[in-house]
Amino acid sequence: MHIVVCIKQVPDSAQIRVHPVTNTIMRQGVPAIVNPYDLYALEEALRLKDQYGGRVTVLTMGPPMAEAALRKAISYGADDAVLVTDRVFAGSDTLATSYALASAISQISKDMPVDLVFTGKQTIDGDTAQVGPGVAKRLDMQLLTYVSKVRSLDTENDEIVVERRSEGGVQVLKTSTPCLITVLEGNNEMRFATMANMFRASRYPVKIWNKDEAGIEDVTKTGLKGSPTVVSKVFAPTPRAVKAEIIQCESNEPGDLSVTLLAKMFNKHPKLEKEIAKRAV
Amino acid sequence: MSEETEAKKPAAGKRKLQLDESLLGYKGVWVFVEHERGAIHPVSLELLGEGRKLADMLGVELAGVVMGQPGDTTRSFCHEAFFHGADLCYLVEDPLLTDYRNEPYTKGLTDLVNKYQPEILLLGATTLGRDLAGSVATTLKTGLTADCTELNVDLEARSLLATRPTFGGSLLCTIQTLNYRPQMATVRPRVMAMPERDATRSGRIVEDKLGMVESSIITKVLEFIPDEMQDKPQLPFADIIVSGGRGMKKPENFKLIWDLANVLGAEVGATRPVVQAGWLDLERQVGQSGKTVRPKLYIAAGISGAIQHRVGMDASDVIIAINNDPNAPIFDFAHYGIVGNAMTILPALTEAFKAHLATARKAG
Ligand SMILES: Cc1cc2nc3c(=O)[nH]c(=O)nc-3n(C[C@H](O)[C@H](O)[C@H](O)COP(=O)(O)OP(=O)(O)OC[C@H]3O[C@@H](n4cnc5c(N)ncnc54)[C@H](O)[C@@H]3O)c2cc1C
Repeated sequence: MHIVVCIKQVPDSAQIRVHPVTNTIMRQGVPAIVNPYDLYALEEALRLKDQYGGRVTVLTMGPPMAEAALRKAISYGADDAVLVTDRVFAGSDTLATSYALASAISQISKDMPVDLVFTGKQTIDGDTAQVGPGVAKRLDMQLLTYVSKVRSLDTENDEIVVERRSEGGVQVLKTSTPCLITVLEGNNEMRFATMANMFRASRYPVKIWNKDEAGIEDVTKTGLKGSPTVVSKVFAPTPRAVKAEIIQCESNEPGDLSVTLLAKMFNKHPKLEKEIAKRAV
Repeated sequence: MSEETEAKKPAAGKRKLQLDESLLGYKGVWVFVEHERGAIHPVSLELLGEGRKLADMLGVELAGVVMGQPGDTTRSFCHEAFFHGADLCYLVEDPLLTDYRNEPYTKGLTDLVNKYQPEILLLGATTLGRDLAGSVATTLKTGLTADCTELNVDLEARSLLATRPTFGGSLLCTIQTLNYRPQMATVRPRVMAMPERDATRSGRIVEDKLGMVESSIITKVLEFIPDEMQDKPQLPFADIIVSGGRGMKKPENFKLIWDLANVLGAEVGATRPVVQAGWLDLERQVGQSGKTVRPKLYIAAGISGAIQHRVGMDASDVIIAINNDPNAPIFDFAHYGIVGNAMTILPALTEAFKAHLATARKAG
């Protein structure tokens, strides 16, 4: 069995700052990490490999530095890693990204047929959750999103049964492989890297593919050219005009502060007072 | 939506803004009306409200798209769509559409788009909406902007302006789909306001066929396990929420949060670190990767006010913040603040509410 896990290197969004004057993103010094949601996908793939055997290949499209994310994945136990990197991919939106990844997956499957493609639920920088569905459509694979659990895998009959989170409950779905699964967070935890795998990761020769090696047939479908969406403006959220009214009173005791707060608030929002009185018990 | 926004300098100026002849025929605003087990998802109604505004600006009709199993319910959904602003509904009824599955829904919606050619197509950013939107956009090879927080139109270019947070919400960006139609966008529940329901409104229903057979659909639904409703918190629709953050120090201290919530008949919410520590359920996380809420009153105790939390609760009518750090960012956007130790303020506030409500009720 062969599982391809699509991962992305992302800036640790908790640490991103916006330049107060130029409004641009200050990326310097912001550490790059493996998109946290992708780790759940990778761990799920590794578990299936533990159970059923086979191979796990990690794939990313990105700048040359994204190699570090792949090496990290190797240290957790992935077998192979492919970095698709080329100037033509710069500025890809989700549609163009899905084209490049789908091409690369087709190339990878020439080596060993791909049974499953896993992705994280979404990235923490793009947050779109659209690349997985896009890749599935382009490869004409069945798409199973928000999968919380792989119930069973029948490698003989190419069948898989999964639990999928939907709005009001859990759908249990059966489908045929090859298929693409986006894995929901929180149902597993990434294993620790073993010494042996860390050692392997440090020396592993990541496959670095340009557009031709990735099997790109039509460059107009990649990068800015292949992206129907255009960012026309980037800006910081406007701060609220008025800051919070800090409640103070003579004693500054919790009790007095609370009474002062309620008096002020209900004076300004009489409807809220009625609303609360109606419902509170 | 751009996965690599930083590499994409604003380029609209350089790009051709004129629509290709072949795309000029795309007219009208559509909202996909999502439903599950007999009820429309509220996000679809919120989108109809927003779609109405866009349609009026463009001077076109607003249509709802209803897909589902044959029967009265799907028809009643069309009428609900009219009550919430739609001029017409496209209706595709088929037993194969009983449960949501990607393949038949993608085909149904894609066929409708190709046949009736809308310029804008909006879906809720739910598990269903994101699954369907990504598939339909790729099939149609058009642009899709996910999780928009604001929608507008550029009348000159007749183009949708879709604004969304980027980079974990630290920045906003406006995205346009030029020279591709339809322009697609998803919006998360509770981001847009619910429009007034007007039961005097009506509209026309345009029916269409799915044209598929079960044997051609590869994925089968074996079972549906509904969530237990009773004990599942419904934060997005709560009127009052009391939330605690890491500043509550330990899980036992959340009793103070629950006490206040009980007095107010409120729901309890939390920040991500609290949820990650396992003190509260994921369902209670408020923020970018949790729920978007719009209560009448939001009380935040021991919460710093990180942007990722803020985007989930910014639309609350009144925000009270309790924090011992006078410089905490939450005071930048709360309405009222108490600087102090949450462990002593919360019980006092609970008592004050109790006393106030007792007198208010006597008087009222
Ligand atoms: C991709 C991504 C998604 C995220 N999504 C979310 C999300 O959906 N929701 C979310 O909430 N966060 C989210 N976060 C995390 C977010 O960035 C913040 O880290 C988080 O909101 C901080 O939580 P907090 O306010 O509880 O903790 P802290 O930031 O640690 O703040 C604790 C606060 O408590 C105050 N305090 C300490 N002691 C007391 C006391 N005795 N009395 C009163 N106050 C006290 C402190 O002054 C401080 O302001 C996300 C982050 C990333 C990177």
